[in-house]
Formats: sequence, C-alpha cells, structure tokens
Amino acid sequence: MTTTTTTTTIIAGIAVDLNAEGFFEHPDQWTPEIAEELAKAEGIEKMSDKHWQVVKFMRQEYFAKGTGPTVRMLGKTSGVSVKELYELFPKGPAKVAARIAGIPKPKGCI
Amino acid sequence: MSTRIVILGAGTGGTLAANRLHRELKHAQPDITVVDLDDSHVYQPGLLFMPFGLANSHDIVRPRHRQLHRGITYVQQPIDHVDIEANLVTLEGGRKLPYDVLIVATGAVLAPEETEGLTDAMAIDVAHHFYTLSGAEALESALARFERGRIVVNVVDMPIKCPVAPLEFCFLADWYFHERGIREHVEITYVTPLDGAFTKPVASATLSGLLAEKNIGLITEFNTGSVDGAARHLVGYDGREASFDLAVVIPVHSGAAYVGRSPGLGDELNFVPTDVHTLQSLAKPNVFVIGDATNVPASKAGSVTHFEGEVLVENVQRFIAGESLDASFDGHANCFIETGFDKALLIDFNYETEPLPGHFPSALGLPLLKQSHMNHLGKLMFQWFYWHGLLPGRDIPGLGSGMPSAGKHAAAEHAAEQNKEHVS
Repeated sequence: MTTTTTTTTIIAGIAVDLNAEGFFEHPDQWTPEIAEELAKAEGIEKMSDKHWQVVKFMRQEYFAKGTGPTVRMLGKTSGVSVKELYELFPKGPAKVAARIAGIPKPKGCI
Repeated sequence: MSTRIVILGAGTGGTLAANRLHRELKHAQPDITVVDLDDSHVYQPGLLFMPFGLANSHDIVRPRHRQLHRGITYVQQPIDHVDIEANLVTLEGGRKLPYDVLIVATGAVLAPEETEGLTDAMAIDVAHHFYTLSGAEALESALARFERGRIVVNVVDMPIKCPVAPLEFCFLADWYFHERGIREHVEITYVTPLDGAFTKPVASATLSGLLAEKNIGLITEFNTGSVDGAARHLVGYDGREASFDLAVVIPVHSGAAYVGRSPGLGDELNFVPTDVHTLQSLAKPNVFVIGDATNVPASKAGSVTHFEGEVLVENVQRFIAGESLDASFDGHANCFIETGFDKALLIDFNYETEPLPGHFPSALGLPLLKQSHMNHLGKLMFQWFYWHGLLPGRDIPGLGSGMPSAGKHAAAEHAAEQNKEHVS
C-alpha cells in the first residue's frame, strides 16, 4: 500500500511527526532523550557509547548529504564494522539506527 | 582552441554522450576523446539470457570503437587517476589527457571480495552470477548440469545494476526447468535484503504475486554476512541460514577503482556524488556524470542512462556557453521484466512516482505491470534499438526523457480498484 500518512506522536515530552514506517518527517524535532526512548521501543534497553557513535554519525551524514548511509556505507565510514552494527541493531542497522537518529529512511535501496 | 571533452568509459553512457555531443556541437568542432580499457562493448541486458542458452557472447558483444561516430578519438588504456584540480586525466603508463570538460561514465564494477566466503564459493563452482560474460557462461554450464536440488538467487546489497534482473532470473529459471521437464525436482528461492520482491510497493506486490504463482520461494530482509561454499549455505548477519546446492549470488557493486585514486571525485563506494537533476558532479563544475557511475537514487540501468543522456548533453553545452544548467532530469526508468514463457511485464517510474499499472507511454501503449507477449517482443526488439538508436544518440520517436504520466493509473486509484476486486 502507498500510504503517506503522517502521525503526530508525543515522545519524551515532545510532539514529533512520524511517517507510516515510523521515520521522522522533521529531523529537527529530534532530541537525545527521544533517541533513548525510541531505542527502548526497538528493544535496546540502554544506548551504549557505540550506539551513540552510530546514531550521531547517521545524523551527521544526513545533514551533510541529504540521506542517511546504508549499512555498507556505515561499515566503511562509521568506525563500527558491519558485524558489530548488526550486534548493536539486530533488526537492521540502517533502518533502526535511522529511526532512532530521527532521520528519514536511507535512500540506499532503489 | 577547440573545447577538449574527455569521456571516461565507452559503455552505454559514454558512447551515447560522445555521439550526441559530437552531433550537437558539430559547428564548434570540439575535441572529443573517449577512454576505456578494452574494446568489447557488451549489451548487458543480454547477459540475463545467456545462462539459459537464449543468447551467446557473439550476439551481445561488439567493438567499442565501432559504436563511436567518425571524428571521435578512442583511446584504449586503463585509467590511473583524475586530478580534478589540474583538469587532467592520467592513464596507466603515464599518458596524460588534459580536459576542459570531463564526463565520468565508467559504470559500476562487481566487488565479490567484500562478502566473506563469496570468492571461495565462486572458485569451487557452487556460487555463480550472470553479471559478466564469463560469469554468465560459467552459470550456463552449471545450470545445464543441474538435475535436482535447491537454487537460491541472492542479492547481497543494493545498489546493483538492473535491480529487476535477479527476479527475471528466477522467472526464467522456472521456465527453463519446466522446459527440461524437471521443474518439480528444483526448488527456487529468491533471497533479498529488501522487505519485499522489489523496492516500490505497488510493483513489489505484483512481483511477489508472480513469484508465488510460479512456486518460487521468497526470503526477505536477509542481509548476507557470508557464503559458506563447503557447507552450501548463505549466512545472514542475523544468524539465519539459506541452504543451496547452487547459489546465484549478485555481488555488491562499487564504482570504478580509479575513482578511489582520484582525490575528491568519489564517495566511499567509488560512485561519484552527482546533482540528481542536472547530472553535474558535486566535485567540480566542469565534471559531469552519467549512468551507473553516479550516486543518484535512480536504478542503475541502461534506460536511466539513455534518459540522462539528453539532459547531460544539454548541460555540457550550457556549461561551455557559460549558461545556467537545465535541472530537468527526473530519475526516469523504464524496464521490461522478463517473466518466462515468452511474456514480460513493463515498469516505468522516476524519483517521485513508483511503477504503476496502466499503459505506456499513453492509454494505447504497452500494458504496464502486467504480463504480456507484446512486452516480451518489446524486450527482444530493444536490442536492435540499443545498437542502432540508443548508442548513436537518437531519441525514441514520441518519447522525451521525462516520465510520461498519460496512461498511468494513480496509486490511490489503483488501490481503490484493488479493494473493489477484493469486495466483489
């Protein structure tokens, strides 16, 4: 289905706009507290330094390039190997980390 | 002095760009030089048919230099690197080519070494692909020997050239084993990192339906971490395994290696960051990019390259004349998807609009997202157009580079129709 519905949700006390797949519509609405809460929803009880390293890197890449990196790009540039990325975000590093980082779905897959 | 245009790569993009520029700029008489490392131009859509004995290398390879119009210089030599600050290309062996405008058209290369175990599995003949001539030939022999067992068709990661080709391979394999009378002894499974058969929702639903109809298994969100050739299974990063007797694994793709040796030109994967609408590189204003070499979020496919050609050539002319660029490339892609048994379906889409049902290019045209014999003939006829129309830089009569919308059903309309069908 091609739904483009945006829903407004309160996370960590802040109203954020999410698309149907749970990605941020407006990355500016993001805060580190939101990230912690979203991580819990993804099954990550406590964000480690490595988690933060990846999430911050995702945001930095998004604001520099207009899209978040793919897993392969992350493995080459974030300083965290692909194997480790999957240990940190077992449900899929690029997507889950992008959700937690408050950026749109990476455009890697065409 | 005439303008020096150096074009790196004599594949689809480099050849059509050279021929179009040569024609458009004939009064200015630019000095156009095209570089590539060999003289074999492969009609890449033909590679898909080789494993099934439906094409051979004689049919799909022609000399690169013969596809270039008279007056264009062809240099056959590997590229060492580009110095974008000095506007200078250095070839292996030291020869230097200074330029005023550079066009990067060196496409994408396979990088099987990036996946643990894949090159070993290829060496012992249990893993194959069909993305090169030698690969497609080896796979033809492997399929001919195959009598029973499990075949997995796996895409390691996007982007890949012609993202529908692995699906087409599954459909043709289904047909091929039917023809040999052994389909019931062969299990075919498509293993993809995507969350469906294809990236775009409406087409994904249609293609998933086709897989099911043809009894082809589908494993989604499988991120291949390694290929164990001895044990014959793929291992996902999440620990899942997919067993096989024969694996068709499409390796990850990168840009050409010299891009990585050219400071400031490419990204981490050696693709060249490119403005999505003008096709000017983000590295430097006098560097333009066409085809699979770009990082634009469009399919890596010949049709995209063809549609890019018009905008690229216009913009190179505008750049030379000091005018502002035309930002009209819309990411248009158009792909025939071979579905076996002499049928094919057609998809047409761009950056913004996903593949939708309807007709192409208008209401009386070819059916979209629907199997038909006409589409199969269209796919076969395209090979003639490739050599005689597309590479020489001719337009398709009645079809511009932008995506036509006239014959398409809107996504919402399509959803409504489907719901109606469900109700009735």
